[in-house]
Amino acid sequence: MRAIARRTTRLLGCLLLVAATACDTFAPDGPPEEQLLDGTIEGMPGSQLRQHLVGDEEFGRRFTVEDGLGPVFVATACEQCHVGDGKGHPVFNLTRFGTLGVNGFDPLTQLGGPQLQHRSIPGYPPETVPGEATGVSEFTAPAVTGLGYLDAVDDATLIALADPDDADGDGISGRLQLHPPSELIEAALALAAQSAVPFTHGTLVDGQYIGRFGKKALTVNLLHQTVGAYQQDMGITSDLLVEDLFNPLAGNRASDEAPDPEVSSSAVANVVFYLKTLRAPSRRDASAAEVVAGEQLFGQIGCASCHTPTMRTGRSEIAVLDQVEFHAYTDLLLHDMGPELDDGYTEGRALTSEWRTPPLWGIGIQENFQGGQAFYLHDGRAQTFEQTIGLHGGEGAASRSAFQALSDADKTRLVRFLRSL
Amino acid sequence: MSRGRGVLVWSVAVLAFASPAGAQVDSTLAQEGIYDRPFIGSVSNTAIGGYIEGNTNYFVEDGITEGFSMELRRFNIFMYSSISRRVRFLSELEFEHGTEEIALETALVDFQISPALVLRAGIILPPIGYLNQNHDSPKWDFVDRPLVTTGVIPSTLSEVGAGVYGKGVSDGVMLSYDLYLTNGISDAVVGNDLGRTDIPSGKSEEQFEEDNNGSPAISGRFGLRRPGFGEVGLSYYGGYYNSYLFEGVEVDERRWLGITAFDFGASVGRFDVRGELAYATIDVPSGMSEIFGDRQWGGHVDIIAPVWKPALSGYDNATVSLGLRLEKVDYNRGTFLSTGLSIRDDVTAVVPSVSFRPTQGTVFRANYRYHWTHDFVGNPTVRTAGFQVGFATYF
Repeated sequence: MRAIARRTTRLLGCLLLVAATACDTFAPDGPPEEQLLDGTIEGMPGSQLRQHLVGDEEFGRRFTVEDGLGPVFVATACEQCHVGDGKGHPVFNLTRFGTLGVNGFDPLTQLGGPQLQHRSIPGYPPETVPGEATGVSEFTAPAVTGLGYLDAVDDATLIALADPDDADGDGISGRLQLHPPSELIEAALALAAQSAVPFTHGTLVDGQYIGRFGKKALTVNLLHQTVGAYQQDMGITSDLLVEDLFNPLAGNRASDEAPDPEVSSSAVANVVFYLKTLRAPSRRDASAAEVVAGEQLFGQIGCASCHTPTMRTGRSEIAVLDQVEFHAYTDLLLHDMGPELDDGYTEGRALTSEWRTPPLWGIGIQENFQGGQAFYLHDGRAQTFEQTIGLHGGEGAASRSAFQALSDADKTRLVRFLRSL
Repeated sequence: MSRGRGVLVWSVAVLAFASPAGAQVDSTLAQEGIYDRPFIGSVSNTAIGGYIEGNTNYFVEDGITEGFSMELRRFNIFMYSSISRRVRFLSELEFEHGTEEIALETALVDFQISPALVLRAGIILPPIGYLNQNHDSPKWDFVDRPLVTTGVIPSTLSEVGAGVYGKGVSDGVMLSYDLYLTNGISDAVVGNDLGRTDIPSGKSEEQFEEDNNGSPAISGRFGLRRPGFGEVGLSYYGGYYNSYLFEGVEVDERRWLGITAFDFGASVGRFDVRGELAYATIDVPSGMSEIFGDRQWGGHVDIIAPVWKPALSGYDNATVSLGLRLEKVDYNRGTFLSTGLSIRDDVTAVVPSVSFRPTQGTVFRANYRYHWTHDFVGNPTVRTAGFQVGFATYF
């Protein structure tokens, strides 16, 4: 009996060993971390990791009609527009519209503006762009990776970076986006101010608040951005935006049948925490000679004047974001990009040709999140770096000319640098 | 060669050299699947039976795993009654994952006028493809059902309805037909929590009480069986799925959903081969187009080769088999208006298996699954692989 037991034990041991080996051998490896954008900032305690993962789940939640989706919407989940936390696919482009009149830009809110919701729940008509619109712009959803760093930059840094009158004479005149106080902005800032560290946001400049997120810096912080996206992109109401969307062309103000708010404040908070704690994208081949040379060229031809390589966060109650240096390649300011990128549409005090400098980190692997083909610029109109740079007018025109004057080898170096981001 | 393709090649090679221990596709018509259960055979009036299945799971997706887990998938209880010589009753009560989901999958009465004409009414299994009427786990050598039968064909699909079925023989070929009207499926085909067109989400228990639109779905299957070879079937399921009526007033367009399926099962030399191919068209509201697909398709082929009949005391027909399943499902067939590129949202899988049947109604099985998944926009392939070991038995 003992012999049988021994043999059986050995056999089971061998089987377990084979099974364990097989599990490792036959398990597919993931892509290398530097090809991905998701993941947390290193060094967070377990409680924050858990909250990040809960937020991750909420970020991926598909809203249904019963949940309050719509009645008009663009996407059914945050994750649909920001697959893998990267820049979105053009199928989820946001269309924004309005008209420029003698009193300034009118976002045509009475006609469903400024954002088109071209999808709708069954039985409800989707919106169309009204004929009154003279300016229509498409916005490709941005990558959300590293947003916590940008959110943690204090207002003073942005104020210091701004050079609206080009006082330094470099041809670049970054402006702050400013928004008059509103109930929503003040609520979003007040909630963010409930912090264990001194609050460095909410500075009034000429009696207005600084915008930092969105293609034209429409929102003042990640909470403001998030509740706006819930409402405008998915038709999901929250504590801060309890009004559901409706299609004015439907002939009534009825919306969906789900009670408002349709998403809880804790769910919103978890999503905001998730966004804050997404890691910065990893570089690839950053020390390769061609990449280093490309980075030098990037500075020499003036790209770095707007795409500021290095910034520093202010105080943050999230320890890993507290006063740390990061490299997003943005200054979060508005710049005039000339008629090449002027869609006749705007937000806040930005000119129709002004855009907030988009961060460049992660741009080198953008195609991994857009279906294998990269779609650059605010609406995805460019598919190569050369096309993208070629569409930089206005304040970017000098850098564009300098790029075009580079030798082919130097252009390749610069592109290799961009691909390393 | 990639790891997944390597598994496929090795699996095919092993199957090719399998010893001819005798393949055998079920010898009954697909339409008789619900009566092809061992508990019925030995009784004259009322019988209770069922089956139970459980398995382990260990999966890794792109290098990330949630570890090992076990599940008791189903505990199903059948009740059968031969009410008279030509009237039969059959029901199936399913407990899925313990008591997480309890469903009455079947509760029907058959009134036989002749073998060529049987009237059926109750909660029935619409005859789409093969598996929906033959879903008992002990019949299968794989732990999971084929993706096409759970993703495109919403098996197990149980609906309230009535219809006729029958069979006949012509020139040595058995012909069978099924034709039913049922309440059909409902609105959650679109606007569901998967964020894509999902026909199974349209299953609703409320449909057992009342049709959501007052317009029944139609389903039918036509089968041909050649004894000693196998059976082929062509089936269709179609109906309006949306609640276009509100208080009797038509408030929305009528939206049709249709599924066409082809199924086959055959003994080819030493191999049992079974498969299904399904193509679905869904009239999706224009406001949900692109992200909710209007066309889906999928298919699978299972190849089973008995390789060894071990001499085990008390198990006269014990059989060890090797198997291979190849499958693919495309949940959204179309192109993006914005880019002209193909919409993806598809899964391809290969599943080698080893199974041991001590008796015909009991199976122990071990599977290795390897999936290649593409998301909606076609980003780099997500690879998932894992091992499943399970059992299923009739009682």
